[in-house]
Amino acid sequence: MNKVAFTSRNLYLQVLLILVLILLVALPFYTSAYNIMLLCNILMYIIITVSWVLFSGPTGYISLASAAFFGVGIYTSAVLGQSLPLPLVIIIGGLFSFFLALLVGVITLRLRGMYFSIFTFGLVELVKHFLLWWEITKTNTRGRFVILVNYIHVFYIMLAIFLVLLLIAYLIRRSKYGLALQSIGEYEEAAAHIGINVTLLKVVTFAVSSFFIGTVGAVMATRWTYIDPVIAFDPFYSFMPVLMAIFGGMGQLYGPVIGAAIFAYLEEALITRFPYHYMLIFGIIMVVSILYLPEGLIGLLQKLWKIINSGRLAVYREKRQKRGTGREQENA
Amino acid sequence: MVIEIIDIFLSGLLMGGIYALIAVGLSMQYGVARVLNVSHGEFIMLGAFFTWSLYTYCNINPLLTLVICGPVMLLIGFVLHKTLYRSIRISSGGGAAFEGNSMLASFGLLFVIQNMAILIWGASIKGYSYLAFPVNMGGVIFPANRLVTLLFAVIISVAFYLFLARTRLGKAIRAAAQDPDAAGLMGVNINQVLALCFGLGAMMAGLAGTLLSMSFRVQPTMGLEYTLIAIIVVVLGGLGSIPGSFIGGFILGLIGSIVSAIEPSLSLVAYYMLFMILLLVKPTGILGR
Repeated sequence: MNKVAFTSRNLYLQVLLILVLILLVALPFYTSAYNIMLLCNILMYIIITVSWVLFSGPTGYISLASAAFFGVGIYTSAVLGQSLPLPLVIIIGGLFSFFLALLVGVITLRLRGMYFSIFTFGLVELVKHFLLWWEITKTNTRGRFVILVNYIHVFYIMLAIFLVLLLIAYLIRRSKYGLALQSIGEYEEAAAHIGINVTLLKVVTFAVSSFFIGTVGAVMATRWTYIDPVIAFDPFYSFMPVLMAIFGGMGQLYGPVIGAAIFAYLEEALITRFPYHYMLIFGIIMVVSILYLPEGLIGLLQKLWKIINSGRLAVYREKRQKRGTGREQENA
Repeated sequence: MVIEIIDIFLSGLLMGGIYALIAVGLSMQYGVARVLNVSHGEFIMLGAFFTWSLYTYCNINPLLTLVICGPVMLLIGFVLHKTLYRSIRISSGGGAAFEGNSMLASFGLLFVIQNMAILIWGASIKGYSYLAFPVNMGGVIFPANRLVTLLFAVIISVAFYLFLARTRLGKAIRAAAQDPDAAGLMGVNINQVLALCFGLGAMMAGLAGTLLSMSFRVQPTMGLEYTLIAIIVVVLGGLGSIPGSFIGGFILGLIGSIVSAIEPSLSLVAYYMLFMILLLVKPTGILGR
């Protein structure tokens, strides 16, 4: 019974997804440039968040290096953007992030979870300060210019990356690797004992997730005309995916997507007028969601749904019980 | 040449005193209360702005502010742990889940404190002049306020060490650091002690902020850099080891001043390289258990 309900719901979901996709693809034909750019921004946050969840969700290793991989993508785009075609630049940006993540993973993923978080957090600052020093002393420049690309192209590329990422995330979740990652998150020693190559799996998944963050960086760099290390390696991009994922809920694939979409829109609406208020709200929501939303927005909705459902069930049971045990209640 | 070496050595020590104080504070919070408080630097910033406000508006001596700022920060930290971190501790059931969640909550706290400070004091850089006359030490000249900073940092750290080593409450804290559950069974009021440890950590940060504001400029975004330094020092000295954090602070200060003398903009890069090597070779730190 359960299975039937699951598949039929899945069918609805598939139809819904295809409809949304058609809507998105057709979007540039009937809406303004501003809306497309807003959607690009939302897609950027969604991709970063989903990639973050790909590794940190099941394993419980909290990576704070998203900004580093994002920045690597941005810088690749800035350096190679003039000489190479865009798709190639995007893939190279992703690959640079991939190899940086491999290196970091090999160094730190043997360590305890907390050290990993600290290290990845420091990585952003390390790369930023190194690049600043390099630009000032070696090349005598500060920052770079990036060639602009038509926003509709950017939109379609982002959409394509998003779809590939969703597919890969879905396949990993469904495969034995997803289960292995889950078991690492639950009890790493036990996972190693049942024959999972824990370190290899962690390092490769981490690298794959950073590949996507790198590609997004390379695409989004074309939206800004000028970048420098401080803009490219903004630690804010490390915190956003964590908050968005926690707020949305990591139990389901669509949790982070919804969380990211809500926050990206909030940012767009608030950050130009009240930047400090926005960051303040950002912090408060982060604390509140950790305290009161351990399963995120999706978890909350599921819980509400369950309460409503069980409420119905309870009423039904009560009616049945009244018929059966009415006499006992009279005695009491 | 000799004077240059003395100069590098002394400025390393002067910076190291502050680093030591900050790291001892974080060591209380992470080593005992198991909260990797990423907003540690924000408490330093609060202490610095507190001192700046009292000095510019009420003309209160910064050294007197130490006595006001310390207890206030202690109270803020204590209440924070009692309310926020304790509920996280209950909801996530201790262990690795608590460490992860409390770290993320303190990131949230970082944004809250930092942006509240910007809304209150504005984003601009501030400073005041106190005890800025030069002192000649064997041919090397330093402003007097930096020497006072070092003196007070050492006094506070040593007093704190004696508190931990000699008093009954200190013994309870050390017991809680080793094993909170066993300490609780032995009659230590563990919630109270953990909250106190967090408060003491915040107090150290506040005092460090007061001392920093005497010789450096203050701005609301200054905290993060000190947080990172404190984390590196705590790992360098060994988790939960107060003497380790104290010595580690001076080591990092010396490394910083040596690197700054060679290549000024690379000192943070050098810290991370040290951190990276440390994690690979000896993740337990120099005095780690």
